[in-house]
Amino acid sequence: MVCQVYNYPKEATSRLLEAVESNAVQHFGERQRQPPHHFRLYISGPEVKIASIEWATTIQQYCGCRREFAKTMSHLDILEAESIYILREVVAEFSRPAMLYSIGKDSSVMLRLAEKAFFPGKVPFPLLHVDTTYKFREMIEFRDETCRRLGLQLIVHTNVDAIADGASPFRLGPSQCCGLLKTKALLDALKAGRIDAAIGGARREEEKSRAKERVFSLRDAHGQWDPKNQRPEVWNLYNSRLEGHQTIRIFPLSNWTELDIWQYIEREGIPVVPLYFAKERRVLVRGDILIPLEHDIEVLPNERSQLVLCRMRSLGCTYCTGAIRSSADTVPKIIQELRTVRRSERENRIIDHDQEGSMELKKREGYF
Amino acid sequence: MSGDTPGKGLLRLLTAGSVDDGKSTLIGRLLYESGGVYDDQLESVRKASTQKNAVLDLSLITDGLRAEREQAITIDVAYRYFSTAKRQFIIADAPGHEQYTRNMVTGATTADLAVLLVDARKGILEQTRRHAYVSWLLGIRQVVVAVNKMDLVNFDSRIFVDIRSKFQECTGFMDKVDRHFVPVSALNGDNVVWRSPAMPWYAGPSLLELLETVTINENHSPGDFRFPVQNVIRLGQDFRGYAGQVVSGVVKPGQKVVALPSGQRTTIDKVHFYHQTLDEAHPPRSVVLTVSDHLDLGRGDMLVDPERMPQVSQHVAANLIWMSSVPLRPNAPYLMKHMTQVLCCSIAQVVSKLDIHTFEDIAVDTLRLNDIGAVEMEMHKPICFDFYACNRAMGSFIMIDPASSDTVAAGMILRNCATPSDPSGLRPFSAVPYGPRPEPSQAKGLAVWLTGLSGSGKTTICNAVFTEILARGIRVEMLDADVVRKHLNSDLGFSKRDRDENVRRLGFLAELLTRHGVLALVAAISPYRAVRDDLRRSMGNFVEVYVNAPLSVCEERDPKGLYKRARAGEIAGFTGIDDPYEAPLSPEVQCDTAVESIKTCTDKVVTAIVEFFLPTKP
Repeated sequence: MVCQVYNYPKEATSRLLEAVESNAVQHFGERQRQPPHHFRLYISGPEVKIASIEWATTIQQYCGCRREFAKTMSHLDILEAESIYILREVVAEFSRPAMLYSIGKDSSVMLRLAEKAFFPGKVPFPLLHVDTTYKFREMIEFRDETCRRLGLQLIVHTNVDAIADGASPFRLGPSQCCGLLKTKALLDALKAGRIDAAIGGARREEEKSRAKERVFSLRDAHGQWDPKNQRPEVWNLYNSRLEGHQTIRIFPLSNWTELDIWQYIEREGIPVVPLYFAKERRVLVRGDILIPLEHDIEVLPNERSQLVLCRMRSLGCTYCTGAIRSSADTVPKIIQELRTVRRSERENRIIDHDQEGSMELKKREGYF
Repeated sequence: MSGDTPGKGLLRLLTAGSVDDGKSTLIGRLLYESGGVYDDQLESVRKASTQKNAVLDLSLITDGLRAEREQAITIDVAYRYFSTAKRQFIIADAPGHEQYTRNMVTGATTADLAVLLVDARKGILEQTRRHAYVSWLLGIRQVVVAVNKMDLVNFDSRIFVDIRSKFQECTGFMDKVDRHFVPVSALNGDNVVWRSPAMPWYAGPSLLELLETVTINENHSPGDFRFPVQNVIRLGQDFRGYAGQVVSGVVKPGQKVVALPSGQRTTIDKVHFYHQTLDEAHPPRSVVLTVSDHLDLGRGDMLVDPERMPQVSQHVAANLIWMSSVPLRPNAPYLMKHMTQVLCCSIAQVVSKLDIHTFEDIAVDTLRLNDIGAVEMEMHKPICFDFYACNRAMGSFIMIDPASSDTVAAGMILRNCATPSDPSGLRPFSAVPYGPRPEPSQAKGLAVWLTGLSGSGKTTICNAVFTEILARGIRVEMLDADVVRKHLNSDLGFSKRDRDENVRRLGFLAELLTRHGVLALVAAISPYRAVRDDLRRSMGNFVEVYVNAPLSVCEERDPKGLYKRARAGEIAGFTGIDDPYEAPLSPEVQCDTAVESIKTCTDKVVTAIVEFFLPTKP
């Protein structure tokens, strides 16, 4: 059995090593400590005994050990069970579902839930990534590595015509660029793949118009959302009937908060893009916003890049996703940071703030 | 954003109120003071607030859609999330307007608790009563009445007490509800998160303290095992697992289960969850089950506890909340989604609709947008269900218009009514003011005792009644003397002493069953009046059915050849031949099987039973 543990603090790693050395856990093979706090452990033996509950949970997840579940479910267990139920409903009731895979933390959690929902079978739908070509290099690497590791089918769609016409956030501004490279590209990709149900990782907590979104959210033939006339959604009896060219967006993570996502990532030991972890990065400091130095970003006069200890709280295109100043370089530290943070998650998403209610307007047009 | 012990519970609550009673402000206050609002969100609220006036308008935190801000109302339910050290909360913030009742229902179906806002200056409004009613109807058993704007009535305790007693009075008929009352001022924060010094006369908890400590009920009490199959998961030749959510009960390896609707029995082999196999799984866990026999189950099938089977019927009575602007069309085809299956259904009859002003039933022939009413409906094939009052997941369904694909109604199954058109069936019952039927364990039991000569038709009637009663969802057991003689009473002969003993044992068994709310159908000659009268006295709930046919008719039928043997002298002391039959003097039901059809006789007995089991008006 292989136990891969990512991004844990040194103290925890050394506690696990103590367990290994006292023969409670047998290990052999290599231990990797690079990049920082990545840790790989090979475990064998019928029974794994570890003093700390969190570690026991993590290791048992990977070792197929039996574990007693508490009779009262924790809120994470309840959220997990509901999301798995939703994913299974989608697969049962739609002919061509696909999961919108944005490579971010929410997508990573959603992917783990999909694995769990259909295990020991394979994830029965493809992943769809709308690539604007302005994503971080580390995201694309992570995407390809993940799909290889899990043996997943990946569809990558880019609005090549718009790119050829020179569409870029620097020329068009975030709003128009997003419309072409994300919304238009997404709608085209759904059409091309004849996808009737697109599973997305949006959460109601994220943004005020998303707070009103249904779990099964209907889109008209043009992929548009009508917030004033949504189908009633009662109990967990989801109506999956579609008329004509209607499609549906499915949001299995509707009831998860940002903190739930990170706690789940910690509990399950889910790999995430290293951009979420703090390190010194070269950025442009523009007002309150830290803009990562990737692609051909335009440097304003009198502007110089600097090294800042920062991390990404949410991931998008390089130009439109600001970093935040942070020293949280492990999952537990991120959780600790979230408990005290005073700023909302999407604050540094430039696209959300062009105008009052801009997410609602974008969503109506078909944005996720 | 504070605290997040992994093991803490989750409380889902609904908030509802009327226009301008400060609901958005209250939620804004709750989020703000528990640290659930980020600085940048506050800044945008601050910006928006200054456009109107100088005070920080906390209601802007929760108002989402542009249309809503323009009209200063809430159209659709919005979900809010916050947590404290003790609990995680999901608020379904529902609109108050009657025209958006369907949106309120959307939020209420998943809630464990309802917070109803009342403006202290206005008191209990019609909206409040409607919200209380819808919450109760959907099975929410914890209601908090937050009496808001106490600052505008000088924190006067009399106003609060008055509202409290009015609410209790007008919702008195809603049973099994815990009602809580908190006087608050959302604008200033009194009794929202912290206890207010302005109302020293109120000794109870603040709203948040109450939400943190109130018992989260039902969803986590296991109940009877029910597992609807969502998908079948195959891996190679050997692995065939059934994916689904444990909606109630507990599942363990080695447990005996029945697959429905096929009725095949099998045993749970393993409970799989990802890389693990579990020792047991509780609701609402989503797992994959493997069973020890090869069954060809699919989506829509169900695994259940063989000791506690659900109802099976093609005809049910249900409460509907109509959510479409197109009125209900009786007898038109609709689709119904129940558990994991979609099937065709139609409404055979609209029984009544609730007058939301008086809580009385009105006879109607259709239901319109936001109407709540009772209907009898028919499915194209039988479904397996429990009553909504006992099991939310098993008793709920949605109706879909096949023409528009819209969700047109939310339904809650009230009872099984196998033959809605049969006049001997249930009389049009009123679902609404009586509330859901009592759970079987609380129901009273009844012994129905069929007495008469051998060959008079007791067993035939008994069998027919049994089938009818079963279809109505009443728990029933049949004790046929001839069958019981083969097992429990295999040591008894036909002497007077043995026959008295036979009846005594049957009576004892019937009494045990009735004590547990079961209907015991007994078919036995039981020839002695005194013995039957003793049974009546000891049991109380006793219906005597005299199955009457002349001796000559019985002797001619002679289904078991007993008369022949008695005449031949092989059986001594046989009733009617050389032992007397004492006919009942005033039986509750008399069936003259020589002249009446089996159906007529059966209907008479069923009617008597149904009369007994119908809920009576309080």
